[in-house]
Amino acid sequence: MNSTLTIATPEAVMFWFLAPLAIAAALGMLLVKKAVHSAILLAWVMITLAFFYIAQGALFLGIVQVVVYTGAVMMLFLFILMLVGVDSSDSLTETIPGLRAIAVTAALGFGGLLISLIGRASLGRDAAGLSGASELGNVESLARLLFSTYVWPFEIVSALLITAALGAMVLAHHQRTVARPSQREQAINRFRGDSLAAAAGLPGPGVFARHNAVDVPALLPDGTPAPSSISATLEARGDVLDSASFQLDNIDTSITEEK
Amino acid sequence: MNPYNYLYVSALLFTIGAVGVVVRRNAIVVFMCVELMLNACNLSLVTFSRINGTLDGQVVAFFTMVVAACEVVVGLAIIVTIYRSRRSASIDDASLLKR
Repeated sequence: MNSTLTIATPEAVMFWFLAPLAIAAALGMLLVKKAVHSAILLAWVMITLAFFYIAQGALFLGIVQVVVYTGAVMMLFLFILMLVGVDSSDSLTETIPGLRAIAVTAALGFGGLLISLIGRASLGRDAAGLSGASELGNVESLARLLFSTYVWPFEIVSALLITAALGAMVLAHHQRTVARPSQREQAINRFRGDSLAAAAGLPGPGVFARHNAVDVPALLPDGTPAPSSISATLEARGDVLDSASFQLDNIDTSITEEK
Repeated sequence: MNPYNYLYVSALLFTIGAVGVVVRRNAIVVFMCVELMLNACNLSLVTFSRINGTLDGQVVAFFTMVVAACEVVVGLAIIVTIYRSRRSASIDDASLLKR
């Protein structure tokens, strides 16, 4: 594999700096527990790939990679994560025994096969480089190709985009099966329910004068924390502080004279 | 350094994505691993385009990006629909056909 395509030193430096980082981020995607962290690591891998595209002369694709992938697609992923998955923690237990070992073994085999194949493959001639193909500039050359040779696939892809947008709208459309309860019905349910505990509304969070924030449950008159005063999302995320340290018994009431 | 090194990175990223699809249980993370595999393929397409000296690889990578965007939109809509009926984003819970 001797190539006459000379690669400048800056690109080599960039490659050896960014490629290990990209692979480390991709590995981290598998290992981290929270889906949000996976999304951030994936966004980093995609930005790295955009650098690679631009370094390889694919200027248009590099920009599209940033705009479409790290911009639109990752934003959509994070949006759905906020909608669905933030308080549902991913269980890392194996449901099929031995699945992880099998997967890693298969991956080592598959990756080894791919890499040894690439290492042994030979083009039979020298690598060409893009200097001849894009003498008009990358964007204009791509546009000429896209609107001449590939114009029919281009039209089909546009139809696919419209179909996907319509399909997503149909799938995400939510039809109510029961009518929304009116304000009067809600009030009746509150007072004719099992208990009157929440009839006047749920207690607000925070311990007055000590820690007046949403992450501390309010204290009941007998000093126990009221679990109904904090949001279930905060509790699931594990962001709730213990209110015991804010109880009146723990307050240092000794008065020191200040001079 | 020669441009084939990009192909090695692409192969590694693809393999890591494949492991993620098998190992992870959260449907959204599985979906992100599929995206990683698509991106790895795009990197090899761009590299082949450079090695061969034609722009066709870049055009195909562009089409792949469009199809991947469609796939994300529909796939995430399916995940939201499953979440709405099962109250879970785990792929193990959507096993109604098994029983």
